[in-house]
Amino acid sequence: MAESVAIVFDRVSKAFDGRTVLNAVSLDVRTGTAFCLLGRSGTGKSVTLRHIVGLEMPDSGRVLVDGEDVAVLSRRDLSRVRKRMGFLFQNAALFDSLSVRENVAFPLRRHTDLGEQAIMSRVREKLAAVGLERDIDKMPSELSGGMRKRVGLARAMVLNPSILLVDEPSAGLDPITTREIDELLVAQKESGTTLVVVTHNIPSARLVADNIAMLHEGRIVERGTVDEMAASDNPLVRAFMQSEGGG
Amino acid sequence: MSATPDGLLLIDRTGERIIQLLASVGSFAIFAGRALISPVLPPYEGGEILRHLFHFGLRSAPLIATSGVAIGVVLSMHTRASLERFGAEAMIPAGLAIALIRETGPLIAGLLVAGRVGAGIGAELGAMRVTEQIDALEANAVDAFHFLVTTRVIACVLAMPLLTVLMDFAGVLGGYLAEHVASGMSWQLYLERSFTFISYADLLPATLKTTVFGFLIAVTASYLGFAASGGTEGVGDASTRSVVLGSIFIILSDVILVRVIFFFYPQVVG
Repeated sequence: MAESVAIVFDRVSKAFDGRTVLNAVSLDVRTGTAFCLLGRSGTGKSVTLRHIVGLEMPDSGRVLVDGEDVAVLSRRDLSRVRKRMGFLFQNAALFDSLSVRENVAFPLRRHTDLGEQAIMSRVREKLAAVGLERDIDKMPSELSGGMRKRVGLARAMVLNPSILLVDEPSAGLDPITTREIDELLVAQKESGTTLVVVTHNIPSARLVADNIAMLHEGRIVERGTVDEMAASDNPLVRAFMQSEGGG
Repeated sequence: MSATPDGLLLIDRTGERIIQLLASVGSFAIFAGRALISPVLPPYEGGEILRHLFHFGLRSAPLIATSGVAIGVVLSMHTRASLERFGAEAMIPAGLAIALIRETGPLIAGLLVAGRVGAGIGAELGAMRVTEQIDALEANAVDAFHFLVTTRVIACVLAMPLLTVLMDFAGVLGGYLAEHVASGMSWQLYLERSFTFISYADLLPATLKTTVFGFLIAVTASYLGFAASGGTEGVGDASTRSVVLGSIFIILSDVILVRVIFFFYPQVVG
């Protein structure tokens, strides 16, 4: 049986104010696997993630999620597709008028018929998974950058999405917490979730990813398994893979 | 005669600015049109509307009431100074009530709400835009426009007439206090004289026109908040422009609304 593909980029191009950010990018992510997108800052990695969830639409090319072209979906259908995805933003994007508890509960209240007890049980479970159960009543302004990131991850996971999009999960985290988050992402993958992770952290990519691609100046310059990337002849890829203890 | 390069550059830049302005006007018109239609479409965010109604209405009440009393006192003093010359002091309460209810109350209430609520909406939505919270709503399969804009528009439209009635009442109270100090007039007599010449045709259209003010305040501030960019400077800019544009729209729309009221209620003229 052929492996199903969760996400396809088919020659996707995107420009902002005349500056090309993505230039005919093509890639695919198989269902239930983890895909890491590497690249220097400002090369379009976050823009790539935003295309998957329909926050950006391609100028040309197609983005398919479970076979559906995101750009042509009606608002209702786009909403249906988005409910299957969780998205951790680079700066967490917590709702700052809501407590940690309400931030994580937000998707459950909007999209499920769960009772209050079941919602709180799920919220506590996800917060415990990111090590923040004791901070449940804090407001986002009381949290450090790393804690905000972890709350964002708990919120992204709370609907048990089939696709989890994660933008820089380890930014601002200490090495121990980074390791815990990486293990959490691996557990998500093993439970069948498709992961797309944007990261600079090569050890994290090594631990989590089944496949890695490197984005440079709007193009995918190399892609492959972790070992294939480490053995790449491309000097940029080699430099990247050997950085931060990744060699 | 050919244009100089500097002249061409000037024409080029002017043309670019005009196109940008027209694009902004078009984009605002589409935004406002959507805000006009969306309240009748599900989902109906009752909880959010009530929350905003509390913030816009109840929390603006002290400002409106205090301003209303002060305006009533000032108007009463001016009216007394004018009518005393003609020996028509008995008309002071009626003159003040007509001025307050027909125009001063609605307009001042609108401008105060544009300052307090408009700035708040512009800043809040601007901050949500630059910190990707609006994107986070969309990524969570929530229609951010419906959740953030429609609820604020409904709350502001509902709050404005209520705040206007409060402003009118506070103004009449202020007028009474000034008149009581000046002439010792009783509350009962003051009220009686105030409402001798006031009819529903004075009260209802003037109060209900503030729903338009509420719509303009919320839509303008929401639009500018949604369009904010560039970090804290962009948020501040959205907040300031919300107050400035909201106030201008209120004053301009008032001119049109007064003409419309005169057309439908000719008895209000004079």
